[in-house]
Amino acid sequence: MKKRSNLRGLLLLITGLLTTVLLSGCDSKFVVFDPQGPVAQTQYKLIILSAILCAIVVIPVLAITVFIVLRYRDKPGNTAPYKPHWDDSKVLEILWWGIPIVIIVILGGYTARDTYALARTPKTAVTDVKPVEIQVTSLDWKWLFMYPEQNIATVNYVHIPAGVQVHFELTSDAPMNSFWIPQLGGQEYTMPGMAMSLWLQADKTGSFYGTGANFSGKEFAHMRFNVTSESQADFNKWVDGVKGKSHELTEAGYNELAIPGKSEEQTFSSYPTELFDSIVKKNGGHHMDMDMDENNDDKVDTDEQKSDSKNAHDMDDMSDMDMSNMNSSEMNHK
Amino acid sequence: MYASIKSFASSFFVTGDPLIYGADVSIALTSIAILFVLFYFKKWGWLWREWLTTVDHKKIGIMYLIASLLMLFRGGVDALLMRTQLALPNVHFLQADHYNEVFTTHGTIMILFMAMPMMFGLFNMVVPLQIGARDVAYPFLNSVSFWLFLFGAMLFNISFVIGGSPDAGWLSYPPLSELSGSSGVGENFYIWGIQISGIGSLATGINFIVTILKMRAPGMKFMKMPMFTWSVFSSSIIIIFAFPILTVTLALLFIDRYMGGHLFTMDGGGFPMMYINLIWMWGHPEVYIVVLPAFGIFSEIVATFSRKRIFGYKSMVFALMSISILSFFTWVHHFFTMGSGADVNVAFAIATMAIGIPTGAKVFNWLFTMFRGRIRLEQPMMWTLAFIPCFVVGGATGVMLAVAPADYQYHNSYFLIAHFHQVLIGGVVFGYLAGIYYWWPKLFGFKLNERLGKYAFWLWNIGFYVCFMPQYALGFMGMTRRVYTYGWDMGWGPLNLVSTIGAFLMGIGFVFQVWQILYSVKYGERDKTGDPWNARTLEWSIPSPPPMYNFAVVPVVDERDPFWEEKERRNFAPAEPVPVAKLEPIHMPRNSGIPFIFAACWFVAGFGFVFGWNWMAFTGLAGVGISLLVRSFTYDTDYYVPLEEVIETEKAAGRAV
Repeated sequence: MKKRSNLRGLLLLITGLLTTVLLSGCDSKFVVFDPQGPVAQTQYKLIILSAILCAIVVIPVLAITVFIVLRYRDKPGNTAPYKPHWDDSKVLEILWWGIPIVIIVILGGYTARDTYALARTPKTAVTDVKPVEIQVTSLDWKWLFMYPEQNIATVNYVHIPAGVQVHFELTSDAPMNSFWIPQLGGQEYTMPGMAMSLWLQADKTGSFYGTGANFSGKEFAHMRFNVTSESQADFNKWVDGVKGKSHELTEAGYNELAIPGKSEEQTFSSYPTELFDSIVKKNGGHHMDMDMDENNDDKVDTDEQKSDSKNAHDMDDMSDMDMSNMNSSEMNHK
Repeated sequence: MYASIKSFASSFFVTGDPLIYGADVSIALTSIAILFVLFYFKKWGWLWREWLTTVDHKKIGIMYLIASLLMLFRGGVDALLMRTQLALPNVHFLQADHYNEVFTTHGTIMILFMAMPMMFGLFNMVVPLQIGARDVAYPFLNSVSFWLFLFGAMLFNISFVIGGSPDAGWLSYPPLSELSGSSGVGENFYIWGIQISGIGSLATGINFIVTILKMRAPGMKFMKMPMFTWSVFSSSIIIIFAFPILTVTLALLFIDRYMGGHLFTMDGGGFPMMYINLIWMWGHPEVYIVVLPAFGIFSEIVATFSRKRIFGYKSMVFALMSISILSFFTWVHHFFTMGSGADVNVAFAIATMAIGIPTGAKVFNWLFTMFRGRIRLEQPMMWTLAFIPCFVVGGATGVMLAVAPADYQYHNSYFLIAHFHQVLIGGVVFGYLAGIYYWWPKLFGFKLNERLGKYAFWLWNIGFYVCFMPQYALGFMGMTRRVYTYGWDMGWGPLNLVSTIGAFLMGIGFVFQVWQILYSVKYGERDKTGDPWNARTLEWSIPSPPPMYNFAVVPVVDERDPFWEEKERRNFAPAEPVPVAKLEPIHMPRNSGIPFIFAACWFVAGFGFVFGWNWMAFTGLAGVGISLLVRSFTYDTDYYVPLEEVIETEKAAGRAV
């Protein structure tokens, strides 16, 4: 009798806690379940698919566990069969090796399909719109965003045009971090000496939460940034407004920015054009193509430097890498 | 003079935090209390003869167990500190640096200084008894392993009060862990604490492989070995392939920090990615190292408490061995988001999912061992039954994490944190606790109190779900790991509060377990039979606690579950005592103080390297060399237990006439 009441108290407690959790969940923001772009959408679908496939195994297993434990308790008068020497069944073995294999094959197929799909440049409905390039550098403990086509820079916030592909080139001039805007898509690491590539797109206008996801030292918790997606017209207006101010990011200004510490949001009307590439080169890119430098007698011109730094980035996905390098070389000729 | 001492002391000792002063005081008081007891009761000789110099696998196992419980306490306090800090938004309980140290030491201690020694404790306490051996293959090396672990763990732990703790995460990713990111001595403590205990772990792996290959009782063919022995075998195989990678990786990091190398630095052509590959080539197999023995424990317990043979023995063995191989081909799933490219990600995603197949098959085999059995819900079985649903859900979220594109959304978030705590607590901790409850009467001769154990069980289990289920949700809300604080804006507050409550419930559960042990030492149900659970394998055929030489007569085995079969043959009547004429003098290894001194020298060397004091480091290394030399020229390493002593011991246990 006493056991019963204990059990009931326990169930009450669990129900109470579950209710708390669920209720508190309702008015909160499950950003991963709120995809606002094609990349996040693909990932969201995979999350749901994998959860369903797992549930196909998990729920029956839990049910079988409860059934077996209730039925085969060692109690006097239990009439359930007892077969202490029954220890093998080919049919059952084939069943529980086979079902997981089938599920893994299905899930593996979808995983492969989407992994390759997301590694390519995303296709969008509006094909005639040129993607926006944004170069991202994680610093101790702030984010620097540079727009090579517009030649403007921001710290700890970023504006993007809605419905346009955005190509983020990621590096770090500090310990590694990871660049994550959950509503637009999954994260990718920023690493010193490498330029990583991440394609994202916001379908609609809005304001999204962005964050550093990989621990990078003392004030890591404050590496948040706000993403504003706005119409192309508003975006252009914003760019013009930024360019209109005379607050330039100089070489010296960058070095000051790179000193470890927190930062407010900042805006710069221009920055040294080579800054991003020089950050990548400074942190290892340069050393990796030392052999090539030696082969050239004189100082190499910009174009060759570009093709050299391609080798420095060889950790990146190749198809993306070629593109990003081409883009940045083109820019230099402008 | 005074000024220079003062400035040295202020950088040598960790200062400025009331929590740490509190710890200083409690450490000092505990040490004084221990010294007082040893002096007052004149226990120095006893401590040295019976424990510090012992090569007996049972005593070494007990020492591992005590050390790992202490480390569980330390790591658990770290966890509660973190949960307190995160209970509400904008809490000012821990500062950023202190929080970073706490999560680093929590992770390192829980994996390397809690899970590993608890596992080695169970290896030592059980394997030789289970295969009918009188000790492990290399008893001296076994003692070396233990003392290396203990001194390594102590070196890591003193960083709390001396020099400062590491704060770059439990795997110390460079460049953060390089001098440029962590200029203090904390990372050196990390490197040397793990290096020293890591040598011990590698030696233990070798020791148990040889023990299982060479020391089995006559007739115990491979396919007649108990499942726990199989799991130890597969885990040890992973150890000998994985631990050398860890040693090399940390050595390379130390070269960077100590000799100005540029292997993983940001500048000078360093390549931090390489470290991350290397550390996970050890790190991923490591989680299988700790979980496979837990699987073995469950297999033993499920069979015993269902009074039925283990279901699908061959399939279980195949699953264990295939996991131990597959575990080496999944490491990249820890950094899908580092841009390895689609081909690599797909290959590792599928390899990771594939591990779910043998693991799932094991779960079904446990379930069908219970099916058509007779289930007794004693403490070891309760933990096993708690494990199954917990691990199944944790495994499922693991498969979800393996889906590479989706992992871009889970990585570094609380979803990941919830997943690995679910498999490590639900799988490893529940498994080891089940094993401790199961084999405790064998090692100590009494059972642990049931009532207190049930309180602890429910507190742990409810606490677990209350703590970690909200963390899955927090991951979907974009909460990243290792943030020391957060604001009101993201709506993370309520779930974090719930999670903190759960953590404290588990903490109270642990307190109940400590109370349970202390209570049972005095009032626990004594076991005179040696077989309190009506179990199946050889370790239960000898008295509890076993005599120093384990088996007076080496058993001959001709089937699986040999002890159960024997009991069936004699219809569960009491076993016949052995005639004295059958007893012989027993060949045993001699105790030795060298392992203790050897490991202490490593500690001195490690401490010297931590602070860059070469005189101290090389003195320590010289001590290491001398210890090895002395051992090489020691010829008197074994002896025979005289026949009279064997007869007397066996008669006292009622096992001989």
